[in-house]
Amino acid sequence: MSKTTQLEVLVGAFIAAGFVALFFLAMQVSNLGTLNSGDSYQVKARFDNIGGLKVKAPVTLAGVEVGRVLDIYYDAKDFRAVAVLGIYSQYNQIPDDTFAKILTAGLLGEQYVGLDPGGSESMLKEGSEIAVTQSALVLEDVVGQFIYGKAQEGAK
Amino acid sequence: MIDWLASLGRVGLTSAARLGRANLLMFAMWGGIPAMLRRPRLLLEQLYSVGVLTILIIAVSGTFVGMVLGLQGYYILSRFGAEATLGVMVAASLVRELGPVVTALLFAGRAGSALAAEIGLMKSTEQLSGLEMMAVNPQHRVLTPRLVAGILSMPLLAAMFSMLGVYGGWFVGVGLLGVDDGTYWVQMQSQIDWHEDIINGVIKSLVFGVVCTWIAIFQGYDCVPTSEGVSRATTRTVVHSSLAVLGLDFVLTALMFN
Repeated sequence: MSKTTQLEVLVGAFIAAGFVALFFLAMQVSNLGTLNSGDSYQVKARFDNIGGLKVKAPVTLAGVEVGRVLDIYYDAKDFRAVAVLGIYSQYNQIPDDTFAKILTAGLLGEQYVGLDPGGSESMLKEGSEIAVTQSALVLEDVVGQFIYGKAQEGAK
Repeated sequence: MIDWLASLGRVGLTSAARLGRANLLMFAMWGGIPAMLRRPRLLLEQLYSVGVLTILIIAVSGTFVGMVLGLQGYYILSRFGAEATLGVMVAASLVRELGPVVTALLFAGRAGSALAAEIGLMKSTEQLSGLEMMAVNPQHRVLTPRLVAGILSMPLLAAMFSMLGVYGGWFVGVGLLGVDDGTYWVQMQSQIDWHEDIINGVIKSLVFGVVCTWIAIFQGYDCVPTSEGVSRATTRTVVHSSLAVLGLDFVLTALMFN
């Protein structure tokens, strides 16, 4: 009898260890644990150029992640890109004149949306739109401007 | 010339016949599942010999593969000043590729060869015929629990492999080489997707589990019932399983991650 229970215990431990490992992979390694499944409200931000911003990129305020980019699409009416930002509902005290800009984490890092809070009394809520934005820095444009500026200097 | 054509034809016919027998055996084994569910004890014993006894080699190699990934990844990434992404690199390569593939290769070597040898010996000592004489279907009684145990064990073993590998990489990267602890985990969590990476890894290991166990059982069941035949079946199990795993891995990766 003790032989049979020992076998069962070992197999049970094996199965449990396997599921613990899967659970660990889900919660600790992947984004399942950090994906804030709780409520979030959607805010739109229009950018002239979103550069390499991707869906699921983090939205940060003062360096703290307060949301994620939910969707990116092109608005044919004003030729701009619209990024739908899902801000977690616990961060509901963000002024509605907040400034959104696309930043890069490190030199080669991923792009993310950084928020700079404004001074307005009214707060961002579901469906509101961020009016002031700054596009992603595109390296070719910067280099182009630099060369153009140098050429202007030389012409004088 | 005619002889050469005849030998080519013989090779083609025998491999087609073997493939057919393997498929028939697979169908026969699926048919044994209801009978097996009435005797969970048989499955339990096989889970022990196929799964539990494989844990040790999976755990040791998982840890060391993770440690090597941490070390190599650190040296290459630090050249670009990107040590922060060490966790992502270790976890992504483990969860997507190395976890399922190396686990399947080890599984074929540890459990697959044992299965083939056991079944081959049962056949050559006429135990399978004996079962048949007692009106017990040997395919249902002997083979089905082994197949199901192999299919169930593989994803669990691969998950353990990946988990220990992530910790191995963490030990080397964070513990020995001084990558920041928080960065290691946070970067990993933000870059590894539950569905895209982990579920696909589990699906991969399930497929490998089916293939490896199927090959092992078929080779054992189909062997020439002599000592030489059994030894050839074991060798063939390991070789065929490894080739099948590596080939299928390419196909699955191309399907999943393109």
